[in-house]
Amino acid sequence: MDRRETIKWMLAAAAVIPLARLEAADAAKPYGTDPDLQRVYHPGELWPLTLTPEQRKQVTLLCDTIVPADAVSPSASQVGVVDLIDEWISAPYPVQQQDRDLVLTGLAWMDSESQRRFSQPLLEITPPQLHAICDDICWVAKARPEFEQGARFFARYRDLTTGGFYTSPQGRADLRYVGNTPLPRFDGPPLEVLKKVGLA
Amino acid sequence: MPFISARAAAAHKDYDVIVVGSGAGGGQIAYTLTLEGVRVLMLEAGRKYDASEAAMFQTPDVAPLRGMDTPDKNFGFYDATIDGGWQVPGEPYVSATGPGETPFKWWRARMLGGRTNHWGRISLRNGPYDFKPRARDGLGIDWPIGYDDLAPYYDKVEMLVGVYGANDGLENTPNSSPGCLLPPPKPIVSDLLVQKHTAKLGFPTVAGHRAVLTQALDWKTVPAKLHPGNLTAQKILAADMQKRVPCFWATPCGNGCSIRANYQSTTVHLPPALASGKLDIVTDAMVSEVTLRKDGRASGVRFVDRHTGQTVEVRARAVVLAASAPESVRILLNSHPSGSAQGLANSSGRLGRYLMDTVGSSLGGQIPLLENLPPHNEEGASGGHMYVPWWGYKAQAAGKLDFPRGYHIEFGGGRRMPGFDSLEGLEWLTGGSYGVKLKEDARRYYGSFVGFSGRGEMIPNDNSYCEIDPTVKDRWGIPVLKFHWQWSEHETRQAAHMQKTFADIIESMGGRVRDAPEADGTKAISAGGSIIHEIGGAIMGDDPQTSVVNKWCQTWEVSNLFLADGAPFPSNADKNPTLTIMANAWRVGDHIVDRLRRREL
Repeated sequence: MDRRETIKWMLAAAAVIPLARLEAADAAKPYGTDPDLQRVYHPGELWPLTLTPEQRKQVTLLCDTIVPADAVSPSASQVGVVDLIDEWISAPYPVQQQDRDLVLTGLAWMDSESQRRFSQPLLEITPPQLHAICDDICWVAKARPEFEQGARFFARYRDLTTGGFYTSPQGRADLRYVGNTPLPRFDGPPLEVLKKVGLA
Repeated sequence: MPFISARAAAAHKDYDVIVVGSGAGGGQIAYTLTLEGVRVLMLEAGRKYDASEAAMFQTPDVAPLRGMDTPDKNFGFYDATIDGGWQVPGEPYVSATGPGETPFKWWRARMLGGRTNHWGRISLRNGPYDFKPRARDGLGIDWPIGYDDLAPYYDKVEMLVGVYGANDGLENTPNSSPGCLLPPPKPIVSDLLVQKHTAKLGFPTVAGHRAVLTQALDWKTVPAKLHPGNLTAQKILAADMQKRVPCFWATPCGNGCSIRANYQSTTVHLPPALASGKLDIVTDAMVSEVTLRKDGRASGVRFVDRHTGQTVEVRARAVVLAASAPESVRILLNSHPSGSAQGLANSSGRLGRYLMDTVGSSLGGQIPLLENLPPHNEEGASGGHMYVPWWGYKAQAAGKLDFPRGYHIEFGGGRRMPGFDSLEGLEWLTGGSYGVKLKEDARRYYGSFVGFSGRGEMIPNDNSYCEIDPTVKDRWGIPVLKFHWQWSEHETRQAAHMQKTFADIIESMGGRVRDAPEADGTKAISAGGSIIHEIGGAIMGDDPQTSVVNKWCQTWEVSNLFLADGAPFPSNADKNPTLTIMANAWRVGDHIVDRLRRREL
């Protein structure tokens, strides 16, 4: 696919997105200024999830490219990050609506970029091919001008993915976070910590 | 029947005092009055709230949007604030946009206990200089009282609510009397690192002061110190103090504390006040104005019952406004004795004038020394275990600084519970990693960040004030406030100094600043109101021509009308105002008790 074709893809994607955004906004209701803080919430309970099955597959692929399973912890999609991103971009709030535009446009861009480079949709390309695209957009500061939009999408998408992953129980465990549990007393840092930073 | 209906309150004929507001000022003065046997009706604009509602151990993964802030919950899903935030539905305010004016933000909480439910619990005393700023440097306005007038009340408040800290004997940073402070919690490793490096730079890092119980209150001796000769009060307080549980070193204070380990009006002031049997509370009572008798004294207040939308009038011998500085000013401006357009108690024309907030600026950094630390629990008291009091008095006296007045530094680091944005924007460190490398980077950098926030003194100026907007009304038909805001160079230069100082500390620690320090103070400074320390608007003074209330916070014009929030403060020291609001409210409460006993009200 040549550059002109890419632009056509982009325009087509952009044309459908505002409509989708409006539909989501109509269906979703904010939780209000006095929500029940004690109950457990799951994505989809407060407002409908809106990703299409195709988009959910793309979201899964990208989540697990950014946070794959390794020896320490599972992948992002294995701990509910796909549902979270769906909840996020379907939410009736300005930040999330803005992210909705960014994510849906970004997914469409990824798909068209995949078509342009490899003549395959995003979901069909190989991991090395996907990494080749990601490497071009993984840091806004060093992205070439033609990849700037893709890089902005990737930066935000990475934040959504890591945000979702590290707020999950498995993500907290991966970081070896300890806390949120009552202690009889607070002792301050252990000696080995003080030694490590040169304070003991 | 302490929580009563609006109708029951209106039918009651024998209240001594109406207190408008249930936060730090309203809670304290209601406590002081009722434990001395005064019959009080408290009116709160928001709903009834009990800290047993607090979400304490809830983790982000069971919250909508992982607990992140939204327009409905501005400080995150689990923040204690209910029906509040920078905007309250149906209750707008206006921020003026004239030449030179910058936006003002107004945080409100429509709930019993108000903003004390979520506040930072930082409890610093004003020092002697802070009451006489004009006498020292020719700027701003002196208080009609001095530190010595308030010192006994600081002692009392600290003993009542429980404040941790240490006596460091530093300039204009007063010590507490022996036995007032609870022991400070042990510093975490980043605190100690900051302390080491600020010492190199020539300024002190000392124990923070926060209203959190690091041990059980001394219920055997404190009640007699606070209420000498009043056995009933001593008994009530001793019983209540035993129900408060010391901090168990987990969960964010800002979510509220159902074990009552920290100060919020709803867990500390209101329970003993209610136990006295002298306090009635009407919630959902949106006060619109003070009503007057024929002799010009206050008869009571008029409020809108939010349940029915009906207007209700209640009566008492005296009225205390403690609705927050802007809200109390709004009530006075909306009170129209014999059709006066300038509001009540405003012959000086100063009502709404000298509105202040705190100068705020922040900078964060990453500290390689703190990378890959062995896992350990750093949650502690959930807020600053240490802080940096203002250190620049001598440099200022020597003319070495380009701004007057000072700021203190609040800072924080540690391996706290990861939030949705804890690792946001990590590419400034990782160069954009993703995949397995990103997971390794996250493990490396988690817990290695330290953030610094300056909290500095704003000098009152003629361009920062509030008035009634001529057209906009809230959903109850009550005219709303219009805020005018301008920082002066005194504040913007201070904010720029904060940026440079924070960068110096971070670099001294071997760290990297996340963003370049902002040299332009007008960009470095937080928006007016955003530190949520609104002070002034009805300042106290010795001269009725230039102040709204006298040194007892009694309005010059209406002898049985008092203020007990931050509105009467003529200056806003760098010290967070809540402790001073409480100490002053207790002082005003004692004065009202005396006046009632002498049948002067």
